[in-house]
Amino acid sequence: MSFSLRSDNRLPQTRLAVVSYIIVGMIGLLLLGFWKLQVIDSDKYGQMAEQNRVRSIPIIAPRGRMLDRDGRVLVDNRPSFSVLLLRDDPKLVEQYLPVISDGLGISMEDLRDQLQNTRNLPKFQPIVIKPEASSADLDFIESHRSDIPVLEMLSVSRRRYMPGGFLGHATGYVGEASEQQIEASNGKLRPGDVVGKSGLERQYNDILMGSDGMRRVVVNSVGKEMKDMRLTEQEAIPGKQIQLTIDYDLQQVAEQSLGVRPGAVVALDPRTGEVLAMVSRPTPDPNDFAVRIPKEEWRQLNEDPLHPLLNRAIQAQLAPGSVYKIVTATAMLEDHSIPESFTTYCPGYGTFYGRQFKCWVYSSKKGPTSHGTTDLHDAILKSCDVFFYTVGMKLGIDRLAYYSDKMGIGHKTGIDLPSEEAGLMPSEPWVERVFHRKWYAGETISVAIGQGAITTTPLQLARLIGGIASDGVFKQPHMLKDAQNVGEVKFPLSEHTFEKITDGMYGVVNEPGGTGGQLKLAGIEFSGKSGTAQVIGYGTRERMGKQKKFEDNAWFVGYAPKRNPEICVAVLVQESGQHGGEASGPVARDIIKAYYDKKNRKANGTVTADEHTPAPASGAAVVAPAVALKPKNIAPAQANSADANPDPQ
Amino acid sequence: MKDATGTRDYDWWLIAIVAAICALGVVEIYSATHASGLAGMHTKQVKWLIVGFVLMFILSRIDYHLILDQAPILYVVCLAALAAVLVLGNSRFGAKRWIPMMGQQFQVSELAKLIIIIVLARFFAEVRSDELDLRDLLKAGMLVGVPLALILKQPDLGTALVLLPMLAVGAFLAGLKWLHAGIFTLAGVLLVGAVFYPPVSKHLLKPYQRERITSFLHPEDDAKGSGYQLLQSKIAVGSGGFWGKGFGNGSQNQLGYIPVRYSDFIMSAWAEEQGFKGVLLALGLYMALLLRLVQNAQRAKDRAGMFLVMGVAAALGFHVLVNVAMVIGAMPVTGIPLPLMSYGGSATLFVFMAIGLVMNVRLRRFVN
Repeated sequence: MSFSLRSDNRLPQTRLAVVSYIIVGMIGLLLLGFWKLQVIDSDKYGQMAEQNRVRSIPIIAPRGRMLDRDGRVLVDNRPSFSVLLLRDDPKLVEQYLPVISDGLGISMEDLRDQLQNTRNLPKFQPIVIKPEASSADLDFIESHRSDIPVLEMLSVSRRRYMPGGFLGHATGYVGEASEQQIEASNGKLRPGDVVGKSGLERQYNDILMGSDGMRRVVVNSVGKEMKDMRLTEQEAIPGKQIQLTIDYDLQQVAEQSLGVRPGAVVALDPRTGEVLAMVSRPTPDPNDFAVRIPKEEWRQLNEDPLHPLLNRAIQAQLAPGSVYKIVTATAMLEDHSIPESFTTYCPGYGTFYGRQFKCWVYSSKKGPTSHGTTDLHDAILKSCDVFFYTVGMKLGIDRLAYYSDKMGIGHKTGIDLPSEEAGLMPSEPWVERVFHRKWYAGETISVAIGQGAITTTPLQLARLIGGIASDGVFKQPHMLKDAQNVGEVKFPLSEHTFEKITDGMYGVVNEPGGTGGQLKLAGIEFSGKSGTAQVIGYGTRERMGKQKKFEDNAWFVGYAPKRNPEICVAVLVQESGQHGGEASGPVARDIIKAYYDKKNRKANGTVTADEHTPAPASGAAVVAPAVALKPKNIAPAQANSADANPDPQ
Repeated sequence: MKDATGTRDYDWWLIAIVAAICALGVVEIYSATHASGLAGMHTKQVKWLIVGFVLMFILSRIDYHLILDQAPILYVVCLAALAAVLVLGNSRFGAKRWIPMMGQQFQVSELAKLIIIIVLARFFAEVRSDELDLRDLLKAGMLVGVPLALILKQPDLGTALVLLPMLAVGAFLAGLKWLHAGIFTLAGVLLVGAVFYPPVSKHLLKPYQRERITSFLHPEDDAKGSGYQLLQSKIAVGSGGFWGKGFGNGSQNQLGYIPVRYSDFIMSAWAEEQGFKGVLLALGLYMALLLRLVQNAQRAKDRAGMFLVMGVAAALGFHVLVNVAMVIGAMPVTGIPLPLMSYGGSATLFVFMAIGLVMNVRLRRFVN
């Protein structure tokens, strides 16, 4: 042996034993580590492995369609694609952000904003970065499928409304659920869910909205889908469709007849409360909201002085003007404190409590400037202010407020739309409560002709006039065809009052001197009442000069036939500068004519509703069960929570 | 000196344990790769194992005293080879570790480990007293230090680190004074501390090494780097639960979430598919292997034999510790394979040659 060993060969047995203890200890420690991972924390890691393995891609449930009363499609869906960003891996997202920004034409700030806004969501949940992908976007994603692993396409169904804002205010629109909505939904809604934001979309969201399904695919570590590994799929349950009371034909006439003038139209069937048509101008196109509203556009809509987001049919609270005289007249007849034969002399003005109140006829541009001696019938026909000033003075505000209240002024009608306004009936308690003062008797004079503090919505007036013409039966207006428990308020009128008032409103259109004389329809008992409501007093207007926004609001509430009408139409044309009969009357006439034309065609069997555009409802559609309306006059909670409600006018 | 010949004297228990561990490895390599582009890797591994067994028997036949005789020459050859790798070696994955030999790429540092075991065994066997004095300790340190520096230069931190436990165990058995042991332990702790303390570590470590340390400490910040690897490994292990997901059923394994699942992270794949019960089996086998080595050392004929066996035990034990601790996320990624289970040519051959040395010592325990 060339190297020299120690002479003894005693081995350090103790130290060798120490080494074996160390080995046992080391293996023991490692096993403890495995025990912690595999037994104690096993569930946690099991879930993480599952999140790794399974990518969940939502299957969006299509919303239910909306049909008109004859089954024609008013709102349906169209297929579309959204671009999803998979955020499992922040580093990858960061790396590809510039490429994505470039390829999809989304600014970096926008992308970062979206990432920032969704930072609290679970990472495995993809976010929509472009809701409406163009075909170029789809090509981009398809061709970069392998090198940009963080993009995914999501097939969605997008709401399709009729073009040009047709029925837009009534249908409302949809959008991504807001944080408040998600919180209020008790876990039913998730971020990114599309929900109704206004109108019927909001009101009947629970019916219309389906339940999204989930496609679960196995992906490998580089994000490639393993096609041979199938996982159970949770199918999407489509939303149910709803049938509306809206009549497409009448709606179309209403839309065209009102044209582009700011205002509103509501057509009701007073026998049932069914809303046959509803228009509000200006109307934004809800299709513009179906994707995602650019912030700028939204700001403009909200700041537009014309308030395009306001559904004037149920939210415009304006002085009813002379239409209110029907209430004053009814109060006079029912109250019996003033004899029915009561007349006044109208020289074009009247003096009450030491102040002169003009009659509209005084500033009439053609014809006489006074009404002379008028009785109730003539006063309704010619809408003589002096007569109703006098009646109002004699009745007093308490009686007026009593009848107005009974007939629904100052109360929501209970229509199945969110954010309805109640209008206002001034009264002694009201001024005391709000202004802490006594009622001035002089104020009654203005209120008696529908001016002053009194405000109503077009829907309220349609319900009110239709109800009076139906002998005091006021049906709750509604838009869902199969609504059950339709509310009803009965305020029976004496037979005499009923005849007198309806004769008066018939005379407005059909007798010489009536304010709606030019509206006459052959063979139809077209009746109604015009109203020309001042926005500001005559004196103020002279001071301010002639400005469009201070022009009169033109009202006409028409119905047919004369008693127990089948249809009642309230029309508001704002700031028209024309009288109610001139500006609004023709719209009501057009709709009522169209109603009878259709009725006659149907009776003759010449036309079936289904041959009209739009596309008829196809085959086996899911139909919503009958839905009970909310009880009338109980202010619904949603009334003041709409996302898109600018201040009412 | 007579040669020992009887097959009866082979440590059949040791061979059985080694074979069992290799079998687990082959099974898991098959499971991890059969469905991927790497299919067929298990047969390659079997070939390496066969070569390994042959080498083991060859090495067991040559009297270790003859091998120890050649230690100085082996040492010089070792240093030369390490230097040659630095100059001539093939660069792969950013490190120069391989030289081509017979159509295969060999990792010279694996051979270096074996030679250092031999060199240290000879050095410690020559120490005359029962206590290791400081001068001898420093000499031993120098012997290890030079190749360690060369391996670090490749760079291959993992293999370089393996040399330290060889030195430590050798010195300990050679009668290291408790005072020195204390001092060196303290120095070791300080060094580890320095490595984990960025202001200091930037002078000591290469950027990629520092990155591994950082991602070990903060795995969530490094979702696709080595932090990701550790996390995915932990997910695989944890999701396996007690009973495991079953052979070929580990999603982390089959879908490729476990990094190099057939090699460095094979324990992760095994733990996922076989669960804690499988881990018990595997770690039990490793413990049996190591304790069997210690037992062989205890029965060695002379101190030289004991140092040889314990050098092997130190190297293998360190491999197991560092690799398995990495798999459960308790240590950073170092690139140290799991002996006998991980796929790999040079590493497998090293282990078998090392076991061959152990066998060698055992065969000669009754021979004078």
